[in-house]
Amino acid sequence: MVSIPAEQPSLDVSPIPGAADEAFWHGDRLFRLIVTGCALLVLLVLGGLVIAMGVGGLKAFAAFGPQFVVSNVWNPVSNEYGALAPLFGTVVSTLIAVAIALPLAFGAAFWLTAIAPPAVAEFVGSAVQLLAAVPSIIFGMWGLAVVVPFVAHHVQPFARHVFGHTPGLRWVVHGAAFGSGLLTGGVVLAIMVMPFMTAVMRDVFMAIPPMLKESAYGLGATRWEVMRRIVAPWSRTGMIGGVVLGMGRALGETMAVTFVIGNSNSVGWSIFAPRNTVASLIALEFPESPAGSLKLSALMALGFILIVISFASLIAARWLLREKSA
Amino acid sequence: MSGTVTKSNGWAKSPVAARRRAIDLVATGLSFVATAIAILMLASILWTLVSNGIAGLSVVALIRPMGPPGSHGGLANAIVGSVIQTVVALLMGAPIGLCCGIYLSEYGGKGRFASTVRFVSDVLLSAPSILIGLFVYLVLVAPFGHFSGFAGSVALAILAVPIIVRTTEDMLRLVPTAMREAGMALGAKKWRVVVFLCLRSARVGVLTGILLAVARVSGETAPLLFTSLGNENWSFSLAQPMASLPLAIYQYAGKPYDDWLALSWTGALLVTVGVLTINIVVRFGIRSRKG
Repeated sequence: MVSIPAEQPSLDVSPIPGAADEAFWHGDRLFRLIVTGCALLVLLVLGGLVIAMGVGGLKAFAAFGPQFVVSNVWNPVSNEYGALAPLFGTVVSTLIAVAIALPLAFGAAFWLTAIAPPAVAEFVGSAVQLLAAVPSIIFGMWGLAVVVPFVAHHVQPFARHVFGHTPGLRWVVHGAAFGSGLLTGGVVLAIMVMPFMTAVMRDVFMAIPPMLKESAYGLGATRWEVMRRIVAPWSRTGMIGGVVLGMGRALGETMAVTFVIGNSNSVGWSIFAPRNTVASLIALEFPESPAGSLKLSALMALGFILIVISFASLIAARWLLREKSA
Repeated sequence: MSGTVTKSNGWAKSPVAARRRAIDLVATGLSFVATAIAILMLASILWTLVSNGIAGLSVVALIRPMGPPGSHGGLANAIVGSVIQTVVALLMGAPIGLCCGIYLSEYGGKGRFASTVRFVSDVLLSAPSILIGLFVYLVLVAPFGHFSGFAGSVALAILAVPIIVRTTEDMLRLVPTAMREAGMALGAKKWRVVVFLCLRSARVGVLTGILLAVARVSGETAPLLFTSLGNENWSFSLAQPMASLPLAIYQYAGKPYDDWLALSWTGALLVTVGVLTINIVVRFGIRSRKG
């Protein structure tokens, strides 16, 4: 009869000395330790990211105080930096992107779930998702080669022709026809985030109990009426969640925007004027920011603000998407 | 019988029904247009890439390193650099992502820690990639005083991990509990059950996630700007600045030299074809075989 010492964790007794240790090192506890460690690592990376940005931006926050977020100045010569212009460009280009992408995504999700034959929907839906896989720098080059000339030669002249003398709207379409500016950035962003929104909307439209839709069809409702009266109200929060998710992507997009937004540190009414965004400013100004400089710190401070905004939008999206499923 | 037909015909001709049908037709048409716009944009992007990039696609571009304008440079060092950094990123990111996914599915459950990790992983998934580059710069470039391919790989790994976490967890959750119980009942330890039963039966899905992560990171530019910096010459050392295809595209695009411009389009074509091929293989190849 082999006696089992109390501290031995396993019944797997072997005559080899040190077997208990071996069982530990090859066993469950080690495995659990490893996978938990990896989960912890993911937490640490995001924590490190936020802390690094916050600490890096401390110098700028200390130097400019709350003035930092309302100041429009970005002047490396006098060493004065403000976040207003990039924040303005980020928010407005994202809003334009959402305004364009939302109807497109809604329409595509409606067509894919309610109208297209399943085989076609499968194929076309995959093609739409391929659009989401295109790298962002490719969107930038395509935007520069295709969208910028189109806006310069067609959209802006047309907009000025139509709204050029309308009080109020006059300043919105004001400016030279460069082609690169807020609207172009918004359009390219819209095409980038639209597949994400479509995917989420498709999922929430599919999640509706078929009985609800079938009863409406049975009462003689048309497909649009089913969408409008049954599916849309049922999945409203889910749809908003998808929109916010796409918005979060648009906020932090760098390469595509850098190519087409014109990169001018300014604030104004015109949607055709060149502006910049937080991400494009960081990408362009970083190479000229020596380590330890106030400028680098200002960029980090911008990064901190950006991550806080995308954090907040993601929390909002999750909250909205969860409420429905619960 | 004939009564019903007449009735429904009469109903269909009423102005209300006509209006409802018209609205339905318009909505249906618009939704088709929305879908068509998305497809047209994809087609336009592909067409722009092919028509601009195919001319520069030559053996020279594939075997010669980058060079100054007019020197018949190619993209070979950038292609090799991209492959090296993606592979290294995967070697770091895949095990971490897998383990984290395993934790969430097999150990964490609905606990507070697991929910936090799940949420944080989602945040990382949509965190602005340029900030990840900035973070890695602060941690791995600034302290050492020089840019390096390793820092670039770490930045890419941080991007890859959340994708792999998400798919691994989802795929492991699809494994029936009965299979786990069968393994346990045979006396297997939990880690053996997880690795040799669950992970093995979910391997196609898990592989899908890893491939999608490869596709995502191999086209990323922003996180490499401040980490691996790019390199004009051959660079095989992870301790040195390393070239990569997206950085070469970024460097060459919009420059006033025709041969650089042509190369940037060729590079863009190569990256896109690579990324979309992986996606198509995943979507149509692996998924259809499984289903």
